[in-house]
Amino acid sequence: MASITVDRVSRIFPGGHAGVRDVSLEVADGELVVLVGPSGSGKSTLLRLIAGLESATSGRILIDGRDATNAPPQARDLAMVFQSYALYPHKTVRENLAFGLRMHRVAPREIDLRVQGVAESLQIGALLDRRPAQLSGGQRQRVALGRAIVREPKAFLFDEPLSNLDPALRLDTRAEIALLHRRLGATMIYVTHDQEEAMKLGQRIVILKDGRIEQAGPPLEIYRTPATLFAARFLGSPPMNIIDASLLEAGRRGVVGFRPQDVTLTEVERTGLAATVALVETVGSEQHVHLRLDADDTRVIAVAPPDRTIPVDSRVGLTLRRDRLHYFTP
Amino acid sequence: MAPHIWRCKIQGLTPGRGWLLILPALAAIALVAIAPMAWTVWESLHLHDLRMPWLGRPFIGIDNYVEALSDVRLRGAVLHTAGFVLLSVTVELLLGLVFALAMSRALRGRGLIRVIVLMSWAVPTVVAAMIWRFLFEGSAFNWFADPAAAWVPIVLADAWKMTPFVALLLLAGLESIDPSLYDAARMDGASDWRQFREITLPLLRPALLVAILFRALDAFRVFDVIYVLTGGGPGTSTEPISLYTFNTLLQHLRFGYGSALSVIIFAVTFALALLYIRVAGRTLLEERA
Amino acid sequence: MTRWTTRLAVGAIIITAFPLVWMVLASFTPESHLFESRALWRGPFVADHYRALFDERNFWIPIRNSLIVAAMTTALAVTLGGACAYALARMRFRGRYTILAFVLAVSMFPQISLVAPLYLLLREAGLINTYPGLVLPYLTFAMPLTIWLLVGYFRQLPPDVEEAAAMDGAGLTRTLVEIVAPLAWPGIATTAILTFVYCWNEFLFALSFTLGPERYTVPVAIALFRGQYQVPWGQILAAAVVATLPVIVLVVLFQRRITQGLTAGAVKG
Repeated sequence: MASITVDRVSRIFPGGHAGVRDVSLEVADGELVVLVGPSGSGKSTLLRLIAGLESATSGRILIDGRDATNAPPQARDLAMVFQSYALYPHKTVRENLAFGLRMHRVAPREIDLRVQGVAESLQIGALLDRRPAQLSGGQRQRVALGRAIVREPKAFLFDEPLSNLDPALRLDTRAEIALLHRRLGATMIYVTHDQEEAMKLGQRIVILKDGRIEQAGPPLEIYRTPATLFAARFLGSPPMNIIDASLLEAGRRGVVGFRPQDVTLTEVERTGLAATVALVETVGSEQHVHLRLDADDTRVIAVAPPDRTIPVDSRVGLTLRRDRLHYFTP
Repeated sequence: MAPHIWRCKIQGLTPGRGWLLILPALAAIALVAIAPMAWTVWESLHLHDLRMPWLGRPFIGIDNYVEALSDVRLRGAVLHTAGFVLLSVTVELLLGLVFALAMSRALRGRGLIRVIVLMSWAVPTVVAAMIWRFLFEGSAFNWFADPAAAWVPIVLADAWKMTPFVALLLLAGLESIDPSLYDAARMDGASDWRQFREITLPLLRPALLVAILFRALDAFRVFDVIYVLTGGGPGTSTEPISLYTFNTLLQHLRFGYGSALSVIIFAVTFALALLYIRVAGRTLLEERA
Repeated sequence: MTRWTTRLAVGAIIITAFPLVWMVLASFTPESHLFESRALWRGPFVADHYRALFDERNFWIPIRNSLIVAAMTTALAVTLGGACAYALARMRFRGRYTILAFVLAVSMFPQISLVAPLYLLLREAGLINTYPGLVLPYLTFAMPLTIWLLVGYFRQLPPDVEEAAAMDGAGLTRTLVEIVAPLAWPGIATTAILTFVYCWNEFLFALSFTLGPERYTVPVAIALFRGQYQVPWGQILAAAVVATLPVIVLVVLFQRRITQGLTAGAVKG
């Protein structure tokens, strides 16, 4: 396993659009880092730059301390799991798994052993002689995973591998990847647009926006102390509420954010912040109350306990925790 | 006549009227293609020499076919045709593949390949052959007097006109290959050559087969190009089977024998066409799967 | 990677264009300088060959013949084939696919195999060396072509408008003439263009079923160019330019339509 260093890397596409702008990142040996962000944020581009599938316009990429900036993907000894799995449709599962080993001139006996071993550990041993077209989505996913594992690479790269799976399968596979990480102690860089997935998987998350790093750190740290408005709204579901700061403190500039979980609904007279209930959604374990502030009609969401009756169109007061307020000047 | 089980939403289009629309076209086809083809088979069983009308048109069974078996000139024609098919298909496929590969990587200039294909499609084969004849006339060496060398301008002229099509067919095949497969192969450590051998070629196989059969079908029936470039010469050393049949019919006026030759050509074309339909049909099904 | 591909692409264009350019240049070069490559590019440029072509050889005649035959065949094939294609596209009945397969099969008949019977048939009917004597044989490829193209075209034309016309009380003929024809005009135009080009370029039947310069079509006239003492290359090339010009013009004008038509399944080469 290896460490990966991204040093001031940029990727400007012909035509001028910048996919990645001056990004620096250190991934330690054995760490699981998640790159997350909306589409167009540059997360996939960054992953492809690390893989070598695209060339950086400037900056360096180091793998295990060695400069790999100009090395082609074939020479970087990294493995990638693609969003569409990219299984070779005309080859059997066995041949798909063996392909990378063949390219690296591993001895046939060794190939057989490794393929067999990996197939069994992923429970696809019975599928070895089938073609991808004959497999289900979940099975294909495991073959894609197996193809990466069998190569025993320096690091694993995941490009939104779960987006094509249905929700139930997604949960199971995500857990499998987490377990895999623990078992192999592998360096993994994982790209997703799903903030929940990022928080659950990553030891560290890197939030990207418009080709730059918004904030990087352990998930809980970003959740509790977001550095920017974007980071604040990105993590957490339902997203953080943002209201005009002057509503809490007269004359204060900027905005203030508070999480739906940190709002308590009380009688109107008790607080200075009044709102009307617009909609109540129940998720079973809690209720999401959509409110409109009396002051400036801003939409706010509060999370309330499941058994409380909150009539629509009723007026309520919002009580906020002082220590859970985040001020931003946009 | 059994009633057809049929449906049509358009009020005015009753079965009767529908057939009224269809029949004239079918009748025309029957008149100019089906009946004549059937008639050719019948004619091939007769002796019919227009130069000797006093012999009448007696039924001679398979004698024409027996004669064909020992016809040396026919053997030559078959050889020439087979050789031409092999040579031109090979050249056009190799060149076509190279150009298709180049085109698939090109970021712009797609409009250009369209123009090239259309240009070579639009130019009459006779004109193409004439140009190439002119180009070769100018050289010191007399290409057209040498039985072997005469094939060079023939294959070149055919390749010039036909390679753009083959490239177009193969380009369509190349573009249907999922590009992320190449990414995966690069990650797996495959060099450019290995990517070509392990991914491009196998996945291009259906398109290649279709292109080969399609060109073979056409090349087997070659006429215009050779007629204009060499007239089958020197002597009959570049005469393909269609030109031999043509000469038999309209030069020697031997319609009975010429019909037998026509039937042989039809049979081979039919076999190739069946093969083509099977392969093309199967690839269409494969693509859907 | 992209450098060799662009070079190759440029090379392909040059190789395709070069003989055509050479042909045009040579057609304007005096006969004596024809085989000197330098003269082709530098000049002098003369129009002698074209003058001789039209004044002395009367090349108008083959042009006229080709135009008439191609136009007549196209008109006939598009009308009959169009009607047939419409019915095949709109009606659903058991024999439908058989007819279509049948039409496809006919398009694969080798032309040479039809020369013998058609020759005797035309001779019996006294149609050798006449316009109908070419139009009828041309239907052997024109009919399958128009039917195939137009069936594909009509199939993707939504029948809603025709159904609405029926609801409004329009009979079949009126629907066809006032509703279908105008709507289908792009498809019909494409089919007509393709048919016209195939007829214009056709050689074997024209060679077999015409006897003299009065009825030769353009390809035949070019192939059978006879010079008094030597081959008149200048005039032949000028004739070649004239033969190619109409189709090139059609291609330039209707580039997109033609590509659509060709890829719709009529790639016969």
